[in-house]
Amino acid sequence: MRTMEQTTAEVLQLAAKHFKVPADSLSADDDFFKKLGIDSLQALEMLSRIENHFGIELPDYEVQGVSDFHTLASRIHSRL
Amino acid sequence: MLDLADYSSIGEALKDALEAFAPEICLIEADREREKQRMKYREFKLQALPLARKLQDAGFGAGDRAAIVMTNQPKWLISAYAIFFCGGVLVPLDYKLTPGEHWRLLKHSGATVLITEYPIWRQLQTDASRPAGSNVLTVVVTEAPPNADLADAHRWEEFAGGGLPAFVPRQRKDIACIVYSSGTGGRPKGCMMTHENYLEQCVALTSLYPFWPGVRYLSILPTNHAIDFMVGFFGPFTCGATVVHLRTLRPEYVREAFAKYKITYVSLVPLVLKNLQKGLQARFDALPPGKRKVFDALVRINRAVTRDRPLPIVSRLLLKQVHAAFGGRLRAIIVGGAFAEPENLQFFYDLGIPVANGYGLTEAGTAITVNDLKPFRADTVGKPLPGMEVRIVAPDAEGIGEVAVRSKTIMSGYLNEPGLTAESIVDGWLMTADLGRFDSHGHLQLFGRKKNMIVTEEGKNIYPEDIEMVFESLPVKEFCVFAANYVWPQRSMVGEQLVVVLRLEPGQTLTADLRRDIAGRNNRLLNYKRVHGIVLFEEDFPRTASLKIKRNVLAERLARFDRASAVLPL
Repeated sequence: MRTMEQTTAEVLQLAAKHFKVPADSLSADDDFFKKLGIDSLQALEMLSRIENHFGIELPDYEVQGVSDFHTLASRIHSRL
Repeated sequence: MLDLADYSSIGEALKDALEAFAPEICLIEADREREKQRMKYREFKLQALPLARKLQDAGFGAGDRAAIVMTNQPKWLISAYAIFFCGGVLVPLDYKLTPGEHWRLLKHSGATVLITEYPIWRQLQTDASRPAGSNVLTVVVTEAPPNADLADAHRWEEFAGGGLPAFVPRQRKDIACIVYSSGTGGRPKGCMMTHENYLEQCVALTSLYPFWPGVRYLSILPTNHAIDFMVGFFGPFTCGATVVHLRTLRPEYVREAFAKYKITYVSLVPLVLKNLQKGLQARFDALPPGKRKVFDALVRINRAVTRDRPLPIVSRLLLKQVHAAFGGRLRAIIVGGAFAEPENLQFFYDLGIPVANGYGLTEAGTAITVNDLKPFRADTVGKPLPGMEVRIVAPDAEGIGEVAVRSKTIMSGYLNEPGLTAESIVDGWLMTADLGRFDSHGHLQLFGRKKNMIVTEEGKNIYPEDIEMVFESLPVKEFCVFAANYVWPQRSMVGEQLVVVLRLEPGQTLTADLRRDIAGRNNRLLNYKRVHGIVLFEEDFPRTASLKIKRNVLAERLARFDRASAVLPL
């Protein structure tokens, strides 16, 4: 069973890999729209990769309005 | 198609459509790769009537208002029909708003009924801004888990009355919907749309882009949006066509849906169109050089043969694989909600996929102009739809002036805002505050806005006044948010951004702490509402006697600055 910290760390790693940025350039409190300069569709694409990694399905409504890694990780963690 | 000239209301037309097309498929619902259901028109009716009856049992009747806050799905349309059947007024709200914004608009609209989805209700129920004596008396919640505590809300699936409901007729001039074009944070602008507005708009649009049984429309734009309401509900239903709902809008599933469900039409905002183009371009770029040469030659041939008008059969033969990826039946992509860049439109047209770009406002009942494809013009927003009178008010030397519209599709006014209505509708003409000009072929070209607002690529109208509250108590002398293109007109509809103008205290500087404070507050806004830059202003803001900022005067003073050096990126 992962801890919340582990889930967050994995989310950050996956996002860094997906957008090809150094893993240590991202932190949990970052707003991923601003930090990565992405739009809502690119965020959804990242989410699909994260879902595959964790083996879960996150309905669109669960990520509605979410823009920081910490909140995203907590939504994922609650479904693990 | 039903002859809508014979009908007085949306409810009456839909009622007949459900009978006329009873054996046809009206809805397909899919979630990722799984198809959840296919529903015929007769089944739609069987689900809607018990809901209408139960609403009537709860006292809901002619002229009463009911709000829907749901993602795109069959229960949205079933609920809307039940509301119209009862003679009610539909208040479709954007499910992407925050709970606070929802409660604010629910109050403003005077809705007594709210129909929503469980995840949305869960947030609304516990939100601190939920008013104590709300006007919302009946809450109906879809898809609630069996163990969910709904308190005094009702489960949609069990909210069914016994016996047949009584159909409540409405007149053409009665209000059918209250649609919010803006004002989630500031002054709510609830457009009161009549039944006639929708009946007339439907006739005009389907004359150019017809529906019939067998046509499949992919519903992606939120159904509360005027475009999806028309071409993803009322239009296809009055023609016996099928609407396909996806429960997730992940780009990969949207792409798959075209081929899987052999989609005929889809409406997209420019952002999604760009994303589609990016995906296709990457595939073309990955072709081996030889194949790429052949492909480019075929695109050139297609462009040449479709110069005057689309030739779908020829294009599908020439560019078989591209069309196969879109299911082979796509007749047009309808682009709306915001201004689409000509190169995006041309990219698709060259592939033999016409993009129906147009121009419209919620206040004008969806579309005012649409490209009629005779021939396709990527550099304009097309010609006025049948029944639309469009003129350019006070044109300058280049013929550019404010676009004004008169037609039976224009709203009757803004809810509870007679002053604002009188400013917007002058002698029957809707003043759009958009700047445009007609070319020699009668096509409308747009050149920016007269009003202080932006429209994002996702089709969201953002008024600076609506987001200023997030900067309240910022430690500066005063601040004001502007649309950069309003201050520094660009003669362009693209690249619109908001900037926050700061008047610092004497001796104060823009420190890293102040920047962080601004960025932190900015991040509390939904991403598409955020400001992108800071402008420092070294005088006190001009104000009225009642101390309101004179925005137009301030904008004029700011316009003297050079935009590139004045706007400090945030």
